[in-house]
Amino acid sequence: MAGKKTKHLTKIRSGSNMEVLSLQAEGQAPGVAQGLGNKGIKRISGAREIKMNLQNVVEVEELTKVFGTKKAVDGVSFTIREGEIFGLVGPNGAGKTTAVRMLTTLLPPSGGTARIFGHDIRREAAQVRKFLGYVPQALSADGDLTGFENLLIFAKLLGMSRREQKTRIAEILEQMELTEAAHKLVKYYSGGMVRRLEIGQAMLTRPRLLFLDEPTVGLDPVARGRVWELLNSFRSAYPLTVLMTTHYMEEADLMCSRVAIMNHGRLAALGNPAELKAAAGNPGATLEDAFRFYTGGACEKEGDFRELQRTRRLARRLG
Amino acid sequence: MNCSAPADSQGALAKENIKRPLPGSGLLAWLRSVSAVVEMEARKLLHDPMELITRAIQPAFWLLIFGQAFGRLRALPTSGVPYQAFLTPGILAQSTMFISIFYGIAIIWERDLGLLQKFLAMPLPRSIFVLGKALAAGFRSLTQVMMILALAAFMQIPLRWHPFALLGVACTVILGSVLFASFSMILAVVLKTRERFMGFGQLFTMPLFFASNALYPVEIMPAWLQALARVNPLTYIVELLRGFLVSGDLARGPAAFGILIMLTVITIAIAARVYPRAAH
Repeated sequence: MAGKKTKHLTKIRSGSNMEVLSLQAEGQAPGVAQGLGNKGIKRISGAREIKMNLQNVVEVEELTKVFGTKKAVDGVSFTIREGEIFGLVGPNGAGKTTAVRMLTTLLPPSGGTARIFGHDIRREAAQVRKFLGYVPQALSADGDLTGFENLLIFAKLLGMSRREQKTRIAEILEQMELTEAAHKLVKYYSGGMVRRLEIGQAMLTRPRLLFLDEPTVGLDPVARGRVWELLNSFRSAYPLTVLMTTHYMEEADLMCSRVAIMNHGRLAALGNPAELKAAAGNPGATLEDAFRFYTGGACEKEGDFRELQRTRRLARRLG
Repeated sequence: MNCSAPADSQGALAKENIKRPLPGSGLLAWLRSVSAVVEMEARKLLHDPMELITRAIQPAFWLLIFGQAFGRLRALPTSGVPYQAFLTPGILAQSTMFISIFYGIAIIWERDLGLLQKFLAMPLPRSIFVLGKALAAGFRSLTQVMMILALAAFMQIPLRWHPFALLGVACTVILGSVLFASFSMILAVVLKTRERFMGFGQLFTMPLFFASNALYPVEIMPAWLQALARVNPLTYIVELLRGFLVSGDLARGPAAFGILIMLTVITIAIAARVYPRAAH
């Protein structure tokens, strides 16, 4: 690890989470400058409009995952409050997906823990799952079924009544603009349509917390914009909290109330986009500059073979 | 509907009176979810029926070519039964095993797709997915069994076509499929990649097939092979099918069913336990 990076990392780790918690307890706007204080950055209030609600939806404490000798996630702590869109960014292999997999209860942590709506992800995984919607990184809708069937099976799995199934699926198809394509096999869908279907699938049960792992990867700008618009339409109905990972900095800048930058499994920075940009130094800095600043500019660190293979396969499926 | 999650009572959802469908608890809800998994697989199959037909060709060859040629030899003590009649239950059992033992590859496929991760993040017991998939393998096997039986009828192979006999065949085929499919899912979770899985699958199918009574009676085997055949679940499946379709002698039926059910419960339990590890 380069010296510069280490410096920032230690800063963050000493800039304790207690500070964040206490600030939040006072009811401050999200996006508190954490551990960035000695860079001369103060809290920027009202940078993002979100529905104010003091409930902490996600509380992550020293979350750690070790694969063999490699610490994929190394003592990460943060909190997410109701209604936020929280961005998790970082170079390939930074540990974003591993963190998401632990928070969605798919992967048991090696150390630390997290609470989701007050339920411990280790001891109360079954409870935690009741609050979640999850859209994995790969295109996970079943290509051999129609869009309608993909939704129908999920509705049935979750024990919806027949009437509920009918109205809710029609609602989702309408909202996701898939009504016309509903009875086409998903393998003939465009990438954007599959993504919309998947988000619709995840939203079928109106989850309180939605995990989106690189929801717009491989999509063209129009399809990407569409995905975000639709997501916002859900958010206008009730305070849905979103945790997303992304590689697109301008997207994180536009959508997220707060962004956590991960590097080598650790939290390199956490704040609202304005703060992070300001920390990058020069006035007109973009979030991408901030990203380079905190990750030492490295774009590709250790995206392993399997990950690369998966990304390629995904790109192929998106055509 | 079970909406008793604690935060709901105070959260914004309750205030705005938005209903969140969540799976209920209890046996009925569990069975409904299992049937949803079976339905998912069945729907996929119906979208692509070509696969069913192409898969039925190989067993047809066994019956048409191997059965014809071997039957001429009259070298096997089939206790007075024509060889093709003796062979038919063996081929049914073989199809069931081949379909089911490679079924676990679906788990690897779904893991790569991310479908498995989505299932696992749902508030549902894991046994639902394991049993649902295993039963779906049973559904697949059944469609193939029906085709082979239709061919056998067309070839005028003398079999007992009594409805109870056919019901017994259906039960045996589903039970055998669930057993082999759940075993296959365990393999898939442990082996993790398609290549390794295919290798292992092939490694298992040949000895299971030949060290059984599918093609010849156990009695003609050397002692060591007989011992192997006796611990081979395929032998019990063939025994049951032959009892229903050919001999009508089901004296050992309950014992065979008992052994198969016991093995199935064990493999399903193990598969449900290891299933979440597929997402790691």
